[in-house]
Amino acid sequence: MTSIGTGYDLANSIFSPDGRNFQVEYAVKAVENGGTSVGIRAKDGVVLAVEKVITSKLLKPGANKRIATVDKHLGVVYSGMIPDGRHFVDRARDEARSWRDTFKTPISTSDLASRMGGYLQAYTLYQSVRPFGITAIVGGFDSELEAPVDGEVGTGPSVGAGGKVEGKHGGPGLYMIEPSGMYWGYYGAATGKGRQAAKAELEKLDLAAGTLDLKEAVKEAARIIYVAQQDNKDKEFELEMTWISNATGPTKGRHEEVPKELKDEAERHDTITALLVERESKPNIEYDSQKVRSRLPFAMNAARLMTHA
Amino acid sequence: MDHRPQHWGRPRDDVYGAYDASYMRPNGPTTHTQSPVVTGTSVVALKFKDGVVIAADNLASYGSLARFPDVKRLRTFAGTSVVGFGGDVSDMQYLDRHLQELAIDENYTSEKGHTLNARNLHKYLANLLYHRRSKFDPLWNHLLVAGLDEDDKPFLAAADLLGTTFTSPSLATGYGEMLAQPIMRRYAKDEEAAAQLTRDQAVDIVKECMKVLFYRDARSLDTYSIAVVTKQGIDLKEDVKLENQSWAFADRIKGYGTQTV
Repeated sequence: MTSIGTGYDLANSIFSPDGRNFQVEYAVKAVENGGTSVGIRAKDGVVLAVEKVITSKLLKPGANKRIATVDKHLGVVYSGMIPDGRHFVDRARDEARSWRDTFKTPISTSDLASRMGGYLQAYTLYQSVRPFGITAIVGGFDSELEAPVDGEVGTGPSVGAGGKVEGKHGGPGLYMIEPSGMYWGYYGAATGKGRQAAKAELEKLDLAAGTLDLKEAVKEAARIIYVAQQDNKDKEFELEMTWISNATGPTKGRHEEVPKELKDEAERHDTITALLVERESKPNIEYDSQKVRSRLPFAMNAARLMTHA
Repeated sequence: MDHRPQHWGRPRDDVYGAYDASYMRPNGPTTHTQSPVVTGTSVVALKFKDGVVIAADNLASYGSLARFPDVKRLRTFAGTSVVGFGGDVSDMQYLDRHLQELAIDENYTSEKGHTLNARNLHKYLANLLYHRRSKFDPLWNHLLVAGLDEDDKPFLAAADLLGTTFTSPSLATGYGEMLAQPIMRRYAKDEEAAAQLTRDQAVDIVKECMKVLFYRDARSLDTYSIAVVTKQGIDLKEDVKLENQSWAFADRIKGYGTQTV
């Protein structure tokens, strides 16, 4: 970064001569130090997971949740500066509420991502503010059933189309929003300290094929957090996971915490090891599983795992 | 320079004469809802051993016209309580949206599994109704709230457009207060009697009440919604038809219409 020290990195909203906004790039640095967050878009739902680094032994285990609900059907997880993430969630809830006020129907995952992308982008434009020090992953399930209008009382005309559009509606959605305000939709998204390893793992799942189901995705998400954590193995951490299924699935279209039994199973040493072996056995996978497995016992502190079981 | 802001931006008094403020005043006092417009009739509810049964027909009337025969007047809250709405349908829709928002907000702030129970919900709604009547802008509804209280015991209570609250093992609004309550009280005269009723008995009694109401209430319909709230959750059916109707009694009714004897 030859331009550092030229003064262009001191202020937001000022381009450097080679066309960069340094404040945004520094915000990305803040994200790169945060606990790893992962999102997986499975065929029948979305899983969000985060590596919650334990900063003090005085913190109550399982308290201080990092993944937040927006409306009923959306979840947000983020890596980076936690207070910035809290504000992001507050704003997302306001957006979801005002959407309902206006349209009398829940906001879709893509619309929320768009609104929040716009919001973050505005924080790159002004001298008086700094960009958000987070990258957020927004997951949701837009109802596949005909979306009820809030407060509706009837079912509409019994003959004719009644304004209804034929075809597929709704489905799972997963978006990742960066400090610049840029956002893309993903099959699998990862951010934070272990993002490189996590992305490598996500690519092996062939999520685009749409074959991975929600329960498998929960196990994969847990495994990926543990694999991504290895480079940071001296730090204690807690795994937090939430999921969203369709209306007929286990969460009935709502964003909820993964039930304890399922999370415990996903976090068990043998579940993770079995998955690692399985991933290795698949062809066309560039994966140094030997290296991963040799480090595994260190990464997954056996005593910690037992307390989870 | 005239330094009084209230004089800025309007024709100068020294040129055009004093402004006649009476033009800006509405003629008459501000009025809010004086009467309901599109209305739902009775809601009936009865406690039993493990929960509460609540029912309301699917009609919204426009005066005496049976205007909307497809209106669901039982609303669920957070998957644990049911609110039955009698009275103005647009106010019901307002309250429904309000409760939707409330449920979402409660979910943000509360730990998993902890949300407003039926008692909390009833208190909230009663306060809201009282607040609105105190603004002389009432929400023109009579509500029944059915669910479970903090000890998972059956809970049933009413709140009306004035914010008046009432609770009893059986409750009804509108015509149901006169036609259904006496029937339900035969089976559940007090809490002890209601606690003896089984779910099937309670459902049968409520269905019988819906039938009597359809016989005698001219603003009612033979299609209705019925919900059973228990610890296991809410079992809501929204398109139930009245069964085994018998209009044989109608022959014996004298004194109406074109009869001459």
